[in-house]
Amino acid sequence: MSQATDGINLTAYAAGADSDAPPRVDSTTVAEARRQMEICNACRYCEGYCAVFPAMAMRRAFSEGDLTHLANLCHNCKGCFHSCQYAPPHPFGVNIPATFATIRQESYAEYAVPRAMGRLFERNGTVVAGVSALALTLVLVLVVALQDPAVLWSAQTGTGAFFRVIPYPVMVNLASLTFGWAIVAMILSSWRYWRGTAPRSRLPLSGPAVAEATMDVVLLRNLGGGGHGCNDLDDGFSHTRRWLHQAMAGGFMLCFAATCVGTVYHHMLGWYSPHSFWSLPVQLGTWGGVLLCIGSAGLLYIKAVTDPAPVARRLLGGEVAMLALLFLIGATGLLLLVVRHTGAMGFTLALHLGLVLAFFLVLPYSKMMHAPFRALALLRNAMEKRR
Amino acid sequence: MDFTKVWDVLVVGGGNAALCAAITARRMGASVVVAEHAPKPMRGGNSRHTRNVRALHPAPTNVLTESYLEEEYWDDLLRVTGGRTDEALARMTIRASQHAPGFLEECGVVFQPSLSGTLSLSRTNAFFLGGGKALVNALYRTAEAMGIEILYDTEVQHIAVEEGFAKEAIVSWRGFPERIRFRTVVASSGGFQANREWLRRYWGDAADNFQIRGTPFAQGRVLKDLLGQGVQEVGDPTQFHAVANDARAPMEDGGLAMRLDCVPFSIVVNEEVDRFYDEGEDVWPKRYAIWGRLIAQQPNQRAFAITDSQALMDYLPSVFPPIFAGTIRELAGKLGLDSDKLERVVTEYNDAVRPGTFNGKALDDCRTEGLTPPKSHWARRIEKPPFHAHPLRPGITFTFLGVKVNDRARVMMADGKPSANMFASGEIMAGNILGQGYLAGFGMAIGTVFGRIAGEEAARAARN
Repeated sequence: MSQATDGINLTAYAAGADSDAPPRVDSTTVAEARRQMEICNACRYCEGYCAVFPAMAMRRAFSEGDLTHLANLCHNCKGCFHSCQYAPPHPFGVNIPATFATIRQESYAEYAVPRAMGRLFERNGTVVAGVSALALTLVLVLVVALQDPAVLWSAQTGTGAFFRVIPYPVMVNLASLTFGWAIVAMILSSWRYWRGTAPRSRLPLSGPAVAEATMDVVLLRNLGGGGHGCNDLDDGFSHTRRWLHQAMAGGFMLCFAATCVGTVYHHMLGWYSPHSFWSLPVQLGTWGGVLLCIGSAGLLYIKAVTDPAPVARRLLGGEVAMLALLFLIGATGLLLLVVRHTGAMGFTLALHLGLVLAFFLVLPYSKMMHAPFRALALLRNAMEKRR
Repeated sequence: MDFTKVWDVLVVGGGNAALCAAITARRMGASVVVAEHAPKPMRGGNSRHTRNVRALHPAPTNVLTESYLEEEYWDDLLRVTGGRTDEALARMTIRASQHAPGFLEECGVVFQPSLSGTLSLSRTNAFFLGGGKALVNALYRTAEAMGIEILYDTEVQHIAVEEGFAKEAIVSWRGFPERIRFRTVVASSGGFQANREWLRRYWGDAADNFQIRGTPFAQGRVLKDLLGQGVQEVGDPTQFHAVANDARAPMEDGGLAMRLDCVPFSIVVNEEVDRFYDEGEDVWPKRYAIWGRLIAQQPNQRAFAITDSQALMDYLPSVFPPIFAGTIRELAGKLGLDSDKLERVVTEYNDAVRPGTFNGKALDDCRTEGLTPPKSHWARRIEKPPFHAHPLRPGITFTFLGVKVNDRARVMMADGKPSANMFASGEIMAGNILGQGYLAGFGMAIGTVFGRIAGEEAARAARN
């Protein structure tokens, strides 16, 4: 246990344990997470489930940064809850999935850029839904204001059909501005997160650590429950959530690739949309949309029917709203493909792009922050294991 | 639930031994009903708090390293029981334990390679992924899928026995009085450790200070009922498996995480500030099970493990933090002990420590000389502040008083005849094999082995 000695100040540990010491100033959830981790660290039955428990076992005391790191390392597989001898109704009331989900949310808010935007996580479901409604309205109003309103219901065909609904410069500028900002804000947040949760001793960054973290992300190994899957619905094990998540994430990436290819076609090759069904951007977008819809709808279904005990109910609004938004983006994209030669194209395109705009706007202030934070937590864990 | 039905097999209890019996009987085609006293979230008896099963294996398996053969297993058992065992039953259990992990895997239980905090038992013991509650969940899922009727909140209060033949069970089903009719019955309802009144009979007021580590439902009602109706008794009623628990643990159901592994790296004094046993006699996996009883024999059933900052990382962390102090005197004050005497005891101990090379993972050469009792290993001077202490109480796992069974898990009557239709498995009959002492993971071995035999025999007897 030599690694456990590293970086622990015994006097501080002693002071923390002393009833005469001043009370801790951490949030209630952090104090609760610390209480639970101290029980887990004496028990350790869950060490085989995921990366969280071996990472916990490397520690004796849990700073706020440690707890934030462990919480973001947690993939919410719920294996530790269903197997917990101390889960409610036991008086110890250990519920790591719900507690860590709350800590994760607090970390998204804590490290938000700009700082004040962290408040958007308080009622995130309302924020995501509200921004979506506003963005939809904005796009429809813009179409009516800038173009002939008739484009919303009359068929448009031939080269540049889409841009007769929404002018190309408006589309590109709005998208670049909002998406560009989202990326900048997410990078800055991630940097603040990385600094804020850094351990006392420096860890070396190595190729193998990066490779391991990358494979963890690609394979979602920590939703594997040690090999046989996670507790999607109850104490039974399955890989459903893992597959659905990767369908959704993969679908999202395909859609993003479709957009990139379309941009290259437009600017570098001079090939303008709409492209034929068998063209690369449409193929990427179609399969991406299908996967995005299957993944997000499946995850919504699991959220609806899963055992609610290990779920942080307060966070459900934001999670459901984001899944619904992703589903609607995928669904309207597919619908657009179906109706693009009809009079419904204009309205469908406005809907689709309105939802995409909303997605870009809320991106750094939503559940989507779990992606960079968890990737960083996996990287830190891979580095810590090699110390 | 149809209470008019005559079931082939009634299984009393809801832990590992009960479910192994139920699943085996059902596999043989019997209709099976399980009566579990606990509500669903607390189901599984003491199995909910377990972690592994000790299993014989001639060669490495997917979950066990090297090999662990009958003679070594038997020697280990002989050593902890001091010979108070039944060799035939014990050897049969040891041999059959080879197939316990495989059977449990068939029932959906997942094993894991052992990592940290496992008392270095990966050679002899197969660890359940997620621990005992995960095992219990898997067994119940399997049982339900096979069509076994599970009754939660159902306490069997009386089994009517006539001349060695069990006729029916009187139960409290969710608070309502009912009767369950059956052809055969398997008693897997555990010991009586959670029944303080019963413990008081042997231990007097000391029983009030015992922490019951496991399920509060182990009231021994069926055990008492059967022993009162001509079933043969086995085991010393004062014997139990008990460990050194944190004195601040809940009085019931605190589970595994309340145990303290600090003893070998500390000195342990009682309330009168006397040391009473060699803290470093042997490696902790071979000694942890005697400390509960040692503490139970101290005044007010309390003791204190005292050590310094050097030792803090040598044992697994505790749920309740140690009590820290800058000096031994201050520590004594915080613990409510005689400060002068504690200073004297620590000084005497420090003076007796001989130089050596400390190795917390093996029997090292750090020992005392001229001290009574000695500390034979891991003796380091207690001198580096902050000093710290863990208050200790006995944590009782299960009692050894049980019903006598034969090697086919059949309950024996006081007149020496086997019962016609009563079988037993688990802690209710563990006293047949464990006269005293304990081996980690052996309770689950007994439960699985006898559960399977009891289920098989009960199903067969029900058919005739």
